[in-house]
Amino acid sequence: MIRVRFLLLAALLVFVGCSDGGSNTSAEKEVKSVKKTAEKTKDTPVNGDAFVSSSLGDATGLIYNITSDSASHDVAAKIYNGLVEYDKDLKIIGDLAESWDITEEGKVIVFHLKKDVKWHDGHPFTSADVEFTYKFMIDDKTPTSYDADFRLVKSFEVIDEYTVKITYDEPFAPALISWSMAVLPKHLLEGNDVTKSPLLREPVGTGPYKFKEWKAGESITLVANDDYFKGRPYIDRLITRVIPDTATTFLELLNGAIDMAGLTPLQWTRQIDTNQQFQNQYDKYKYLSFGYTYVGYNHTKKPFNDKRVRQALTYATPKKDIVKGILFDLGVPAHGPFKPGTLWYNDDVKKYDYNPEKAKELLAEAGWTDSNGDGILDKNGKNFEFELMTNQGNTVRTKICETLQQSWEKIGVKVDIRVLEWATFINEYVDKQKFDALVLGWNITNDPDLYDVWHSSNCGGRKLNFICYKNEELDKLIVEGRKEFDPEKRKLFYHKAQEMLAEDQPYTFLYVPYSLVAVSNRFENVYSAPAGITHNQDKWWVKKENQKYHFEP
Amino acid sequence: MIQYILRRIFGMIPLLIGITIICFAVIHLAPGDPAQFLSSMNPKFSESAHEKFVKMYGLDKPVHVRYIDWVKRVAVLDFGESFAPDGKSVMEKIGERMPVTIYLNIAGMVLIFLVALPLGVLSAYRQNTFFDKSVTVFVFVGFAVPTFWLALLCMYYFGVVKGWLPISGLKSYNFDQLSTMGKMWDIVHHAFLPVVLSVFGGLAGLSRFARNSMLEVLGEEYITSARARGLSEGRVIFKHALKNALLPVVTILGLSVPGLIGGSVIFESIFSIPGMGQLFYQSVMARDYPVVMGVLVLGAVLTLIGNLIADISYGLVDPRIRYGKK
Repeated sequence: MIRVRFLLLAALLVFVGCSDGGSNTSAEKEVKSVKKTAEKTKDTPVNGDAFVSSSLGDATGLIYNITSDSASHDVAAKIYNGLVEYDKDLKIIGDLAESWDITEEGKVIVFHLKKDVKWHDGHPFTSADVEFTYKFMIDDKTPTSYDADFRLVKSFEVIDEYTVKITYDEPFAPALISWSMAVLPKHLLEGNDVTKSPLLREPVGTGPYKFKEWKAGESITLVANDDYFKGRPYIDRLITRVIPDTATTFLELLNGAIDMAGLTPLQWTRQIDTNQQFQNQYDKYKYLSFGYTYVGYNHTKKPFNDKRVRQALTYATPKKDIVKGILFDLGVPAHGPFKPGTLWYNDDVKKYDYNPEKAKELLAEAGWTDSNGDGILDKNGKNFEFELMTNQGNTVRTKICETLQQSWEKIGVKVDIRVLEWATFINEYVDKQKFDALVLGWNITNDPDLYDVWHSSNCGGRKLNFICYKNEELDKLIVEGRKEFDPEKRKLFYHKAQEMLAEDQPYTFLYVPYSLVAVSNRFENVYSAPAGITHNQDKWWVKKENQKYHFEP
Repeated sequence: MIQYILRRIFGMIPLLIGITIICFAVIHLAPGDPAQFLSSMNPKFSESAHEKFVKMYGLDKPVHVRYIDWVKRVAVLDFGESFAPDGKSVMEKIGERMPVTIYLNIAGMVLIFLVALPLGVLSAYRQNTFFDKSVTVFVFVGFAVPTFWLALLCMYYFGVVKGWLPISGLKSYNFDQLSTMGKMWDIVHHAFLPVVLSVFGGLAGLSRFARNSMLEVLGEEYITSARARGLSEGRVIFKHALKNALLPVVTILGLSVPGLIGGSVIFESIFSIPGMGQLFYQSVMARDYPVVMGVLVLGAVLTLIGNLIADISYGLVDPRIRYGKK
């Protein structure tokens, strides 16, 4: 289903040369790159060259399972494999698992593992490693944040060297993809304190790249794994350079020193099209990112516990202008918590096109009128004014707050903006529910489970439903949705859930931004898919005459 | 003299303890804790993770107990291990960042002294001339211009447009494969912009200092008397004036010792220099208490030592000041 849609989109790009919302120049450029890729792939791939990327922070450790920063994960993801993974169309496929059977209505998963897989040190990979990884994840001494899914396992049995059987108390649909967690080498880690393990700095995995060198604060180098069970990747080395400043990253990109970098909407629209150096060296790629930005209302406070008030504020929110003015049209308005174009997304929900008149009506219905003529709505002698908060260091969010302040003022709602340092904001205000409304963003995970952010049991404390939205019907849908493994059946729960969220407007969903990426044009076989752009990085390659870096073997 | 030094060193101990108490209190007063970043605002994180990390890092104990534990360890020079999952010790982390910062700071400081002192002395000698005024404007521009802005402009012009200099980093990726000459050239090449810019920004302080000090000395009676004795202008300036005018510089040298290990965060970020500034900033942002405390204690110790050195050397070079005699 998604696949069909994607192909259709790709076809549109090639033949019509238009994409939703992009400026003309970028659309043309994309067409070029898609065409070029199609021509290029006729050649036979060759090995060689290096791929240099940059990261704002240094990795904190290279055992995937116990780090939580993206710098570490990006590097470690090339070193390890899970049992399953998402393919480019976001379908779950086997990674270290050859196949799997789901039986007893989803309570039991049996994984059949691939044979002939070897760790980077030559040791064979077996079911014992999977068992070790499971035990590692649920061990209280393991400093991991990702133990929740593994604690749901009722029993873990090793059937034979290449088969494991995992039993759950209840069917749990997200369980399957939870086994995409990196599998760790038992023979190197067992019996050792992981916080002191040398593997943190010199990891050993099964993945396409092997660890070579880590210069603290400078760079991490990986080299191709000749014995990779899915075939050696073509590019000899992956180099991640630490460049802590975004402006410097951009300059290094203009200079051709790094091969891939994310761009800001401003750079994408205004700063690269005029730069010949950039044009000659890079292709641009644009795809919807996995995240959305929203305004959340504190449901434990008046007047936000009134649905009409929230609807009115959404009506008074010019989503399109925000996308246009702040993101230079490089995003699409959001109407719910899923990414448009995916299986889970339901476009057929109540939408709130900008309509300040309607907003005023709804507020009047809820009892808010300007009875004293000061331009601010009031009710029982109290003015409608509140604080809109966001975190420091994200200029886009600050600009959103300013835009909202102005547009809500037009319907007689007075907003004060408060921008706070992240830790203070989360600890003192969000976790303690001392806020009126806030602007924040969520990542959109590939699995549609809404439990953590939307289930009413997750209200309060340090939990994620910090706005305390409670809807019993939605709770039921969320719980049922977690039990259904068949995506086609499962999506119905989430389509219904989106209708409820659209009606209730616990958040004003603002937009899903585009990921904007520049990739050096010497790499062949690069194309964007629903999973992004690096989904097939192992299969990128560079023609002999274009190779830039050469290494002694 | 020895007695004086010993007295000073003993006096440092309560001072150091006071500093660490304040530092420890301040970083623990800051909202958030290291466990938070590993366990909040991510649906994939388990709910029990926060509690687990709090226990693992020993954050469940009261602050004063943690402080005493910390002091006990530091007393035997063990600064503990970083909270970051790479499992390095604090000393190891500081050790791998320090050489870079010291190298750049020393290079910068030597150049600042080499340029600022003659500039300041000459400005004083030619007070209120065109030269003096241009120098004043020049050094104050350097002082006032935001370094990060100037750095970006220079990186763009010399790096991207002209291609003369590398944009960031301290050495090329293929550094290990270069010849010895190549290595030296590579290092100079990479350090050029950061050092020149930090010199430009740092000229003002010292050159003003030298200028004022020189002006003061030039107004002294012994200079007039030297001139009256018919000494050559060179002798007056270099032999009589300069020697006295530069005495206070010794103090500045002493006081700049702690500055040698402190890197500027903005500067290091823009040039992608893995130095102390970045380490400290990242540790503060991640609430990596052991590393933060390690860097602070190191800074405090060096400040105290620097002060002591300044005081002692002042006594040695300035005959008007003697310690320990009443």
